[in-house]
Amino acid sequence: MSVDIETVKRVARLARIAVDEEEATRMTGELNAILGFVEQLGEVDVTDVEPMTSVIPISMKKRQDEVTDGGKAADIVANAPASEENFFVVPKVVE
Amino acid sequence: MTDSSLTRLTIAQAREKLASREISALELTEAYLSAIEAANEKLNAYVAVTPDKARAMAKACDARIAAGEARALEGIPLGIKDLFATEDVHTQAASHILDGFRPRYESTVTANLWADGAVMLGKLNMDEFAMGSSNETSYYGPVVNPWRAEGDDKPLVPGGSSGGSAAAVAAWLAAGATATDTGGSIRQPAAFTATVGIKPTYGRCSRWGIVAFASSLDQAGPIARDVRDAAILLRSMASVDPKDTTSVDRPVPDYEAAIGQSVKGLRIGIPKEYRVEGMSGEIEALWQKGIEWMREAGAEIVDISLPHTRYALPAYYIVAPAEASSNLARYDGVRYGLRVPGRDIVDMYEKTRAAGFGREVKRRVMIGTYVLSAGYYDAYYLKAQKVRTLIKRDFEEAFAAGVDAILTPATPSAAFGIAEQDMDADPVKMYLNDIFTVTVNMAGLPGIAVPAGLDGRGLPLGLQLIGRPFDEETLFRTAHVIEQAAGRFEPRRWW
Repeated sequence: MSVDIETVKRVARLARIAVDEEEATRMTGELNAILGFVEQLGEVDVTDVEPMTSVIPISMKKRQDEVTDGGKAADIVANAPASEENFFVVPKVVE
Repeated sequence: MTDSSLTRLTIAQAREKLASREISALELTEAYLSAIEAANEKLNAYVAVTPDKARAMAKACDARIAAGEARALEGIPLGIKDLFATEDVHTQAASHILDGFRPRYESTVTANLWADGAVMLGKLNMDEFAMGSSNETSYYGPVVNPWRAEGDDKPLVPGGSSGGSAAAVAAWLAAGATATDTGGSIRQPAAFTATVGIKPTYGRCSRWGIVAFASSLDQAGPIARDVRDAAILLRSMASVDPKDTTSVDRPVPDYEAAIGQSVKGLRIGIPKEYRVEGMSGEIEALWQKGIEWMREAGAEIVDISLPHTRYALPAYYIVAPAEASSNLARYDGVRYGLRVPGRDIVDMYEKTRAAGFGREVKRRVMIGTYVLSAGYYDAYYLKAQKVRTLIKRDFEEAFAAGVDAILTPATPSAAFGIAEQDMDADPVKMYLNDIFTVTVNMAGLPGIAVPAGLDGRGLPLGLQLIGRPFDEETLFRTAHVIEQAAGRFEPRRWW
């Protein structure tokens, strides 16, 4: 399978990465090189093979459902580019 | 002792001299800080140096030693890959998008090291988000390998993604370093710099507080000057951690005790599929030498087959980017790092990510997004995860047939020149660097790279040993045999 420039632009939009025409053109070539490389997986017969879910056979760890941490709002927003009274500040999303 | 003789001590040697009070932790730390100051402009191994913190930690170590309370790594100065969260210290995964990020918490692995008395020298350069095999994708520029070809001044790459870790250890700018390995990022740079690097079994080191690239493949491990030092470091880095649900509940053994144990009677598998087309004669000869060394030490050599080897790299280039595209979704200019203003919130996201991610990172996020997008999931991701099951099964069958460890080359070539591989025209060419290492990540197994010789131009080459899950001890034991036979290799100092 190969991708065209329109697909690349759509994928960039899904990935939330702005691309201009020149970058989209370049990425089309790069992505097709990678997709061409992975194409060889088509040779492998995977009939009745289960997909890998965990390399080490362990069951999911669980713990008591209780509050063990918290009260650190100031720490959480400490690295934010913009914050106010322990809220993250973003451009207006609701008109 | 002079500064340069202090920095040339291995961790085991320094430990002894610190315990006998022949040297102090502060003296040792000062020697490393001076070495970094003199060399870093040329090698670019560190992206942030923390001298005040290092001195304060070293002084506390000296007090501990004086009180007879020395811990396993008391006073040992280490470099930390920029991927590990270190409280209030530069943690940016060598990416522009994490500009200014200083975590309010410490990763489990580094917390373990400090709890054992290690001293932090600073944060080490790496490929951006650990995506690369040459350390050229770093926002902070490439790391220069302390090794050069004989009679040639051309700067070489140290490998990647843990290029800063490998270069710092090889150039005596840290006694040891933390690193991470998703497809070969510990073992390939170790091979390029004549250092020892081990990627332990998936689940052995906690991933908590390590910037995530591909969560089902990422593992932390050390890069060190020799096999013993790697064993010492891994014992401190590894732990059982309730904060990482993939951390495995098994006690951490004393890896150092495995060193020097006989390999007599061990069965070493030689997989025929690693004899790849176009492999250089030098790599082939090195591999043969390794086989001879193991045989002379009393191991039994057996030919084995791992038939799905060639599919590991293409499967990796679906699984790793898919996981990366999910993990890197968090970099949106809201909670940390870079923000580029936009006309609305989506525009802000898109501009921030366009400016903050480098080309290789964007490429992988795009591939990952594509293979996970509606209509393609089964053809790519599901198929790759099925192939992964087959890759793991190959190893399981070899181990079930009585093989104790598998010996292979670590890399298909020695270090290459900076800007030599034209990544932009063909990214796949760079990806082929990981051809011998990536299978191990896909199967979750432990793998160690150990220096084994020099090529015709005087550049280091390494061998890799692959073990059963949680049998790192056999890797230290067998790698030590190779180290004893091959000898040690050090770069000629030019920096």
